[in-house]
Amino acid sequence: MNWKTFYAMLSRDGHVARRNLIPTLVQNLLQPMLLTFVFGRILTTSGMMKMDYKNVLLPGIIAISMVLSGVWAVAMPLISEFQFTREIEDRLLAPMETHWLAVEKVIAGMIQAMVSGLVVIPSAWLVMGKGVSLDFSHPLEFAAVCLLVALLSAAGGLTLGCSIGQTQIGLMFSMVIAPMMMFGCAYYPWSALASFPTLQYVVLINPLVYASEGLRGTLAPDVQHISIPLVLGALVAFDLVLLVVGLKKFGDKAVS
Amino acid sequence: MGIGIRIEELRKVYDTPPPSAARGGGFSFTPMRTAGPKEKKKKLEVVALDNISLEIRPGEIFGLLGPNGAGKSTTIGILTTRTQPTSGRAFIGEYDVWKQQVKAKLLIGVVPQRPNLDFALTAREILLFHGAYFGQSAKERTRRADELIEKFKLTDRADHMVRGFSGGMMQRLSIARAMMHDPEVLFLDEPSAGLDPQTRLLLWEIIREYNRLGKTLVITTHYMDEADALCERLAIIDHGKIIAKGTPQELKASIPGGYLLRLRFDRVSDELLAQLRAIPGVSEVRSTEPGATDVYADRGGTLISGIVSSAQTAGVELRDVHIAEPSLENLFLHHTGRSLRD
Ligand SMILES: Nc1ncnc2c1ncn2[C@@H]1O[C@H](COP(=O)(O)OP(=O)(O)OP(=O)(O)O)[C@@H](O)[C@H]1O
Ligand SMILES: [Mg+2]
Repeated sequence: MNWKTFYAMLSRDGHVARRNLIPTLVQNLLQPMLLTFVFGRILTTSGMMKMDYKNVLLPGIIAISMVLSGVWAVAMPLISEFQFTREIEDRLLAPMETHWLAVEKVIAGMIQAMVSGLVVIPSAWLVMGKGVSLDFSHPLEFAAVCLLVALLSAAGGLTLGCSIGQTQIGLMFSMVIAPMMMFGCAYYPWSALASFPTLQYVVLINPLVYASEGLRGTLAPDVQHISIPLVLGALVAFDLVLLVVGLKKFGDKAVS
Repeated sequence: MGIGIRIEELRKVYDTPPPSAARGGGFSFTPMRTAGPKEKKKKLEVVALDNISLEIRPGEIFGLLGPNGAGKSTTIGILTTRTQPTSGRAFIGEYDVWKQQVKAKLLIGVVPQRPNLDFALTAREILLFHGAYFGQSAKERTRRADELIEKFKLTDRADHMVRGFSGGMMQRLSIARAMMHDPEVLFLDEPSAGLDPQTRLLLWEIIREYNRLGKTLVITTHYMDEADALCERLAIIDHGKIIAKGTPQELKASIPGGYLLRLRFDRVSDELLAQLRAIPGVSEVRSTEPGATDVYADRGGTLISGIVSSAQTAGVELRDVHIAEPSLENLFLHHTGRSLRD
């Protein structure tokens, strides 16, 4: 394994990310902030929602932002680099086994997901105004959930990015990402689905559920949530599957 | 010093369409959809290379010459770890390209047929990061990048994003990038496509200069003059097979006569062909299509009077004469019965 090469590729991604900092921030922050404002501020202040809905919503918003930014950061460049221009070729020719390039992309994606989680927490908190009470008394569990969610998003981005072509990006959003967000228990706790028993079990195939529930369980433990060990187990399983599938697909795409 | 290349009985059969046309590498929202088209795709088999064996000596400029779709890029793809051979083996120096990829990759630089520059970077950054991928120190890569930017006349655009570059500028930059880590073997897939005549000469000079450092160069081209001017040895590929190899001189000498006179008559009769064969200096006469005849001979223009009188004797009318000097073009024609540009 050639660490110099690996590090050079990470710094290339870092360099490009810094160059696109503002657009990336806007893209990753604007939508969650609008959601936060409408659901977490307007609906609560007007009395249509209870004030403690803020604590339900905030972890969900963090989960969505992390997952989306990680998926986006890995999948979008991959899709375009594997297209007709084959921009990735130069890096595939670097003196390193090609699967390490996929690993590098995953790590760069995890970093972006973490950064966007870190930025969203205070900004969403600010936008929601009074009445948010997050609980940071389980830092280890919180860190573990964050890491696993970041890996989930980056590995998911790798799998998606190596599975679809440029023309299918729109379709991916309406058919994969949008339903995932709606049924990802980000805007409501999983327990709220109790009155829809079938749906409650069907959504369990959606990894975002565990991201939302995990962050909720560690940041707002008073809200009813899936137990943390279960969440961690499910996240590890999803991470592994997506990583293995993503690496395989990357390998297939890398050579002709 | 100097790294050689060996190819043993290489075959490549593509059974999927090229990546640009691929429908997304197997991802599908409904599992049913994958089964149908996949079965059809299996039938789409293209034999790109059909048992090619080749030896390229350390420190030589070797040319792969052939028409579109002959398998030149596929050969380069296999030698540069980018294409997996269906069977056969390829070696760069002592390393099996497919089994010891990293070792092989350290030795090679590649200029692809289509520039694949990193569009997220500027020209200088492309060179600097490329150097970094190959483990060059910051000082070394800055020096080398400056040198190459200067050499390829990219100084005034060095800090621009490459998105806005013209085709020729991208081509120059991809050549510079391939030379950035000072590889022992440099592959150039149609390096002069899209370059203006002046830049083409500059490129030839750069190629020769690089070769003088003891480096091995493999060049593909469909320009005869380029192969003739640059390459010490050549292989002519057509339909995935090597149809001839040797030095340009050897290859040219292998054409009967050397000169090719392409003649057109209003009609061709056996008498005419016999008359033509009887002209002193003519070594071979072939009727290629109705009314057209190729005459291989050891001289050119001085045969015309003989041809005219043969035509008169045979009672046919000479319509057009084209004289080609000994060249690889004629060679190709001789071996395949087709012109390179057909
Ligand atoms: N990735 C691919 N998938 C499927 N078929 C391919 C692929 N690449 C090349 N081919 C086919 O293999 C054959 C050889 O192609 P190749 O690119 O090696 O030719 P070439 O000699 O480089 O031609 P050109 O002068 O046009 O560049 C062609 O029939 C081509 O259609
Ligand atoms: Mg080609």
